[in-house]
Amino acid sequence: MHEMSLCENIRDIIQEQAAESGFVRVNRVWLEVGALSCVEPDALRYGFDVVMRGSVAEGAALEIATPAAKARCLACGQVAVVAHRYDPCPACGAVEMQVTQGDALKISKLEVV
Amino acid sequence: MCGTCGCGDGQVQIDGRHHHGDAREIVLERDIMAKNDGYAAANRQRFRNGGILALNLVSSPGSGKTSLLVKTIEMLGDATCSVIEGDQQTSHDADRIRATGAPAVQINTGKGCHLDAHMVGHAVDDLAPSPGSILFIENVGNLVCPAGFDLGEAHKVVVLSVTEGEDKPLKYPDMFAAADLALINKADLLPHLDVDMDRIVANARRINPKLDIVRISARTGEGMQDWLDWIRAAQAAMRPATAAE
Repeated sequence: MHEMSLCENIRDIIQEQAAESGFVRVNRVWLEVGALSCVEPDALRYGFDVVMRGSVAEGAALEIATPAAKARCLACGQVAVVAHRYDPCPACGAVEMQVTQGDALKISKLEVV
Repeated sequence: MCGTCGCGDGQVQIDGRHHHGDAREIVLERDIMAKNDGYAAANRQRFRNGGILALNLVSSPGSGKTSLLVKTIEMLGDATCSVIEGDQQTSHDADRIRATGAPAVQINTGKGCHLDAHMVGHAVDDLAPSPGSILFIENVGNLVCPAGFDLGEAHKVVVLSVTEGEDKPLKYPDMFAAADLALINKADLLPHLDVDMDRIVANARRINPKLDIVRISARTGEGMQDWLDWIRAAQAAMRPATAAE
């Protein structure tokens, strides 16, 4: 359940930002969780509510965007959107695909008061 | 238009600032792993400065990581090795390593499911690995969470025992995607199992086409020399080019 420690990271980043930008409450947090990042959004939501208690983001709404992942076929060079690391190339059917994007994990923006 | 959130014409100002009622938006674009990655970068620099090869061994519980490490340390002989052991509880694994004569530090993560770079930094403080040595980091037995945490290692090495089945790389792809080497352990058991070694290899390469794979048995010694050769090559690769001149 490493989503819990990721939520602690999120809380720390928000607290640092609160000190820097001078806000006292966070209404909404937007996250970007790549489709192939090592994170389960439901577990993140659960951890978020628990971990944010007592912080400026207590009770904040959580919006999670899951941008699609892309991979490049090592056989034919095609770059394609993939849902899983084991998806074959849609162009030539080869199974050796190198993931090129889709494992990002970041806080995009905050709505604050 | 508001440069932060794209709303309105920027006409509404309160105390000289643009507001949406009381609320405002702040664009952050901050990496959630940045804190861990910062500690990992510091660890990596420290290893590089000392010429220390750090290998992060990851696997499910019971894959035979500790037995493999004990055998590896014995066979490396003159090479200086030290070990950081990660487990939720007990110091059993560190005790087994120390019995070989190699220094070991045990990290107990309590309820934690993985080692992080901060913990490893403190363990390295305690262990003080000597320059040019090999540092093995045996991660918490868990094929999921340790994949996401960079510890500053040169390579992740995933250990998979043949009894775990052929489809483990497909079921737990993140770990195989993050690793540079897979050790397929307990190969001596293959004659007793309905497991196809070729399918394990094909499934692992499907997740990670660049993965090196060594079939190994810590019990019989099969493949141990290939693993030691891989370690030596990794050590050679981290030396600056000038050292070879």
